[in-house]
Amino acid sequence: MYTQRSETKTVQHYLLGIFRDESDALRVVKRLRKNHIMIHEVYSPYPIHGLDQLLGYKKSRLPMAAFFFGLLGFFLALVMQYYMLGIDWPMNIGGKDFTPLPTFIPVTFELTVLFAALGMVGIFFLISHLYPFKKPLLFDEGITDDKIVVVINLYENKQPKILLTKMLTSFYDRT
Amino acid sequence: MHNNFIYHHNTKKKLLILLSIGAIAILCHKKTIALHIEHLWTHLWISHVYFMGIALIGVFFFALQYATQAGWAVGIQRIPETFGYWLWVGGITGLLIFIGGHHSIFHWTHDYLYDVQDIRYDPIIAGKKSYLNLPFFTCRTIIYSILWIGLFVKMRQLSIQADFVKDRIKMYRKIKKYAIIFIICFAITSSTVAWDWILSIDTHWFSTLFGWYVFASWLVAGLSMITFCVTLLKEKGYLTIVNTNHLHDLGKYLFAFSIFWAYLWFSQFLLIYYANIPEETIYFIERMKVSPYRFLFFSNIIINFLFPFLALMKQNAKKYTAFLKIVSCVLLIGHWLDFYLMISPSLLKETGAINTLSLGIPIIYFVAFLHLFFKQLAKKPIIPIQHPLLQESKYYHN
Repeated sequence: MYTQRSETKTVQHYLLGIFRDESDALRVVKRLRKNHIMIHEVYSPYPIHGLDQLLGYKKSRLPMAAFFFGLLGFFLALVMQYYMLGIDWPMNIGGKDFTPLPTFIPVTFELTVLFAALGMVGIFFLISHLYPFKKPLLFDEGITDDKIVVVINLYENKQPKILLTKMLTSFYDRT
Repeated sequence: MHNNFIYHHNTKKKLLILLSIGAIAILCHKKTIALHIEHLWTHLWISHVYFMGIALIGVFFFALQYATQAGWAVGIQRIPETFGYWLWVGGITGLLIFIGGHHSIFHWTHDYLYDVQDIRYDPIIAGKKSYLNLPFFTCRTIIYSILWIGLFVKMRQLSIQADFVKDRIKMYRKIKKYAIIFIICFAITSSTVAWDWILSIDTHWFSTLFGWYVFASWLVAGLSMITFCVTLLKEKGYLTIVNTNHLHDLGKYLFAFSIFWAYLWFSQFLLIYYANIPEETIYFIERMKVSPYRFLFFSNIIINFLFPFLALMKQNAKKYTAFLKIVSCVLLIGHWLDFYLMISPSLLKETGAINTLSLGIPIIYFVAFLHLFFKQLAKKPIIPIQHPLLQESKYYHN
């Protein structure tokens, strides 16, 4: 008996393959990659094991960004405290130097963590194109429920649409 | 499938070379020993505390895997487990050092401090007599050792039996029960033993987080030793079950607890620095202002915090044996230095600069520790073949 295992849809210049089953989606992604077809994005309601490797994603550079944001916070905190207690308003606290380094460490630590965390979240939003007043492009309502959607940008691929549609929908039970 | 460890002649030869280096280093310092016997006792005590800690952390690490039902470390479990044998050797040699050198190491053991008639009478130390007296101290140390050794022997026995018995789940649960008891005991005794063995050397001084600080230093040293032995065995072709995922976890352990150590070190320092009470600051003045320690004091932070923090930060750095081996070696030296700075400045004052004697003794301890480790490791399968979580460890992915 024939069951409909996937369907296709066109939104603007994007071709969507909508799947119920993750193994079908994985199989199709593998097929598309083998034929050198650029996949714009895969949407899934839950993480799928092995999908990242199949899509050939490079390792995220987010930790690098976090490190440099942390470094920025570290120096800003030190400069701020040196300026406040050393230049702007020196205070005699317990007869210590005006700028005692050890007492600066807790604030420096906190600001390092704050900058690293907020900077990482901010840059993540930026690279994911998530900013205020952005109208989200929801390819298919099924993404928010139980469907897995493979998106192909038709401008990026030279193959005819019919061929791509066929690749997204045909399944041989032997493979 | 899993070949057992064979204690090769070659390894023995290498250890023997290291041993002779240590012995020569000590012999270079024959004169100092003759003149100042305190030097010998002090350096022996530093190494004793350090290696006892590594052995304890080995058993603790082993117990932790059972208590938390963690599966990833099953492949390397036999390594920390085998560290426990040092508790025997360390316990006995420690007792001998204590008998021989208690007057040199522990100032409070002198009777005249408690004698009101004597000019050297010390009211502060006399006030601590109900806790710091020789019989009670000895009793405590012996009770701790019996607890540790007893629980270790029981767990080790069960762990070996578990390789052969039919009902392996029942064995697992049995070890888990003892593991939990050990962790509870160790949580208390690791603190109290730090007061006894190290804090009581500076009898006038006290720090409320000292137990945790010592525990953190022991933990990093122990984890470095585990990592070092794992990389060593892995390079020799044993432990085929261990892959980058397991190494990555060990690297994460080292990274995280180096930061934890620095956190405790700094917490202790900052409060004393800020409060600026003379009876507390003396501890850091002895270490920061006295010439032979000034350099060591600052290199301690660089080696044990800055170095692992920057070196292990990148993910790839935690995954390769060669790199982990270097980092764990540096941390092993770094935490020995930490213990050196806890004990030596209070006892040897200006004369305690690092010399061949203070380097020779830990080398000999290190050789003895590794020799015992290899010898005991060779006797039993290197991987717990019947462990119920062995498959999980094999396919572990992080």
